[in-house]
Amino acid sequence: MEVALMIPCYIDTFYPQVGIATLELLERLNVSVTYPAEQTCCGQPMANSGCYNEARGTEENFVRIFGDFEYIVTPSGSCTHHIRNKFTAVADSPARQRVQNRTYDLVEFLHDILNIRDFPWATFEKKVALHTSCSAIRGLNMASMSERVHDVKFSKPKKLLEGVPGLQFVEFERFDECCGFGGTFSVTEEAVAAKMGYDKIGFMTKAGPDVIVSSDMSCLMHLQGCARRLNQDRPFLHIAEILNGVTL
Amino acid sequence: MSRVDQAEAAVKFMEDHVHEERLDKILWTARMRRDQAALQVPEWEELRDLASQIKEHTLSNLAHYLEEFEKNAKANGVTVHWARDAHEHNEVVYRLLSEKRVTTLVKSKSMLTEECETRPFLETRGIRVTETDLGERIQQLDDQPPSHITGPAIHKTTEDVADLFSRVYGSDKTKADAVYLANVMRENTRPEFLKAGAGMTGGNFLVASTGAVVTVTNEGNADLSGNVPLLRICSVGIEKIIPADEHLAVFIRLLTRSATGEKITQFTSTFRKPRKDGEMHIILVDNGRSARLGMERFWPSLKCIRCAACMNTCPVYRRSGGLSYGSNYMGPIGIILMPTFDAHKYSELPFSSTLNGSCTNVCPVKIDIHEQIYAWREVMEDKDQIKIVKKEAMIVAGKVLSSPQLYQIATSSTETALKILPHFAIYNPLNYWGKHRDVPQAAEETFHEWYKNHRLKANEVLGL
Repeated sequence: MEVALMIPCYIDTFYPQVGIATLELLERLNVSVTYPAEQTCCGQPMANSGCYNEARGTEENFVRIFGDFEYIVTPSGSCTHHIRNKFTAVADSPARQRVQNRTYDLVEFLHDILNIRDFPWATFEKKVALHTSCSAIRGLNMASMSERVHDVKFSKPKKLLEGVPGLQFVEFERFDECCGFGGTFSVTEEAVAAKMGYDKIGFMTKAGPDVIVSSDMSCLMHLQGCARRLNQDRPFLHIAEILNGVTL
Repeated sequence: MSRVDQAEAAVKFMEDHVHEERLDKILWTARMRRDQAALQVPEWEELRDLASQIKEHTLSNLAHYLEEFEKNAKANGVTVHWARDAHEHNEVVYRLLSEKRVTTLVKSKSMLTEECETRPFLETRGIRVTETDLGERIQQLDDQPPSHITGPAIHKTTEDVADLFSRVYGSDKTKADAVYLANVMRENTRPEFLKAGAGMTGGNFLVASTGAVVTVTNEGNADLSGNVPLLRICSVGIEKIIPADEHLAVFIRLLTRSATGEKITQFTSTFRKPRKDGEMHIILVDNGRSARLGMERFWPSLKCIRCAACMNTCPVYRRSGGLSYGSNYMGPIGIILMPTFDAHKYSELPFSSTLNGSCTNVCPVKIDIHEQIYAWREVMEDKDQIKIVKKEAMIVAGKVLSSPQLYQIATSSTETALKILPHFAIYNPLNYWGKHRDVPQAAEETFHEWYKNHRLKANEVLGL
C-alpha cells in the first residue's frame, strides 16, 4: 500500500519526533511511505482566519503535491478536517476531490483502513489522560461527542491505545471541552485561550495522569505551553509516539 | 461606528477571576443539566429534527403564516401592527401609550425590545419604564444591557446584586442571599404593576392557527405585565411564528430542557384576547429579519428559539462574559446574528470562537452555528473587514506557505534570521502567545531535514 505522508508545518518545525514516529509506525505496519519534499501546509492558518484568498496558493500547492497518491496520511485531525471539509479556497477539480477523499488522520487510517487494534511492541506502563481535538470529534467523527447524549459511545484514538500493553487511562471532568487552541484564536484571543488551557490542565491534573496524550499536536502545543507556565513538567506525547513504542 | 473588541473586553471580565470562574461553573452546570434532561427523552434527536423542520417550513411560508396569524388575532379582538424596523416599532409603542396618556410602563424581559432599544426611546419621551424580570431589572438598575438572553444578570455575583440593591433600594448590603434579594425586588416591583398604565411583553411563539402569543417564563412577571394593566402591548419578531398548537408542543419540550435542564418553566402562558375592558396590541417586527431570510448561507439563524444552550456550552462565552460581545445577542448565536445588523461594528465577533462545534450540537433547532461562524469569517474577507495587522500577516503566510522554496528557507533550522514560525505563530508577535504560555522551542532539525539526512541520503548510499 502506497501512502503519502503529510507532516503539518508546526510538527515539521517544533515536533519532528512526531513525524518520525508516524513514519516509523506506518513502515512497521508494512506501508510503503513517501514523503513528498515539496509539501508545505494545508492552508488552514489562513482559511481559519477568514483569509481564504491567502489560503488559495497553499491549497493549490497541496493538490499539486498530493494529487496522485492513493492515500494521504497525516498525524493531525485538524489538518485532515481542513482538507476534507474546508478545502474551498482552491478551485473545485477532480484532483481536489481526490485529495479531499483520500486524506486521513493517522488514527482513522490505522483504525478504519488498516484495521489495526494491537500494538504489542509498544508497551507503555503509564496512566494516560487522552485529549481528543474538536476537529477530530466534531469535524471527523473520530469519537462520540458529549452533546449527543443518546449516541453510542466510542473513541477511535482510545480504541487504538487500548491495544498498547500496560497503558491505563484516567478519566477527567469535561473530557471533550475545547482546550482553547483554536488556530489563530490562540493568539488573537490569547487570554481566553490560555484560561481554557489552564482549566483543561487543571481537570486533567486532578485525575493524576503520568502523561497527556492527543492525536492533535496543536492542542498539545497549547496545553503544554500552559502546563509549563504552571510549572508542571509532565510529558505530553502524540499518539503516534506511543503507538510506535516510545519509552520515557 | 467603531469595531467591538470582544477579546479586550474579555480580558477585563477575567481580571478578578471571581466573576469568570463563577460564570463558567454556573453555565457548565446548566449544560450538564441539559445533557441529563436530553438523556431522559429517548426521542431527543428526533425532536431536534422535527423542530428544525417545522421552523424551516414556517420560514419558507412566512407570509402565509403571518397573514393567517393576523386574521386570527384580529378575530380575537387584538389589534395587529407591522413594524419594518426598530424605529417603526418604537413609534408604534409610543403612539399607543400617548393615545392613552400612559406615562408608566411595566415590561417583562424581551430581547426584541433590547434589539430595538425601546426603553431608552420611551424614557427620553417621558415614559417611566420598569423592567420586571429580576435579571433584567438588575441590569436596568445597573445601567447595563443583558449579558445573557435567558439570564440577563448571570455574570453578576450575589454580592454584586446585594451591593446594587443596597445603593438603589437601601437594602442590607451584607445580606448576599438570593431569597432575601428576590424579596427586595418583589417588594419594590409589585407596586409598579398596580400603578402602571400599560404592560409590555415579548413572545416566545406566535401560533398562526389561533392568533395566540405564548410566553415561557419562570417568575410570572410576564403574566402580571400582560394581565394587570388595561393596555397590553406585545412585541414579537416575525420569525417566532409556528403553524399550530401541536407544533408548540415540540418546542416547549425542547426549549426549557435545552436552556436549564428543567422539564418546563413555571409559567407557559397563552395570550389570546385582551382582558375585560382592556386592549391588546401585537406588534410584528421585521427589523432585518426578512433580509436575513434572503441570505442563502445565514437564514437558518432565524430558526433560533432563544434558549441560550449555545452560550452555556460555549467555552469562550463562559470565560468572557456576555457583555464582552458589546451586542444585543451574544455568544455563538450572537456572533452569527449581529453582523447582519452591522458588518463593520461586529466584524471581529466571528473570530471570538475556537470553532469547536459544541454549540451546533446542543442547538435544539439544529442551526449549524459553528459552520456559520466560519462562513462569516469569509464574508469579512469579502467585505474587506479583516484587521489590517492580521491581513498583512496572512498575506505573508500565504506567500511563504504556497511556495516550497520559501517554506524551506523560512523553516530551515540553519536560517535563524529568516526563520518564520509556522501556523498560529506567523500571525503574531510571539509575545502574545508567551503572555500566559511557554513558547514551543523550534527543533534543532526539522522533520524535513531529518528525512533528507536520514532517509534520502541513506538511500543514496544504499543505491536506492
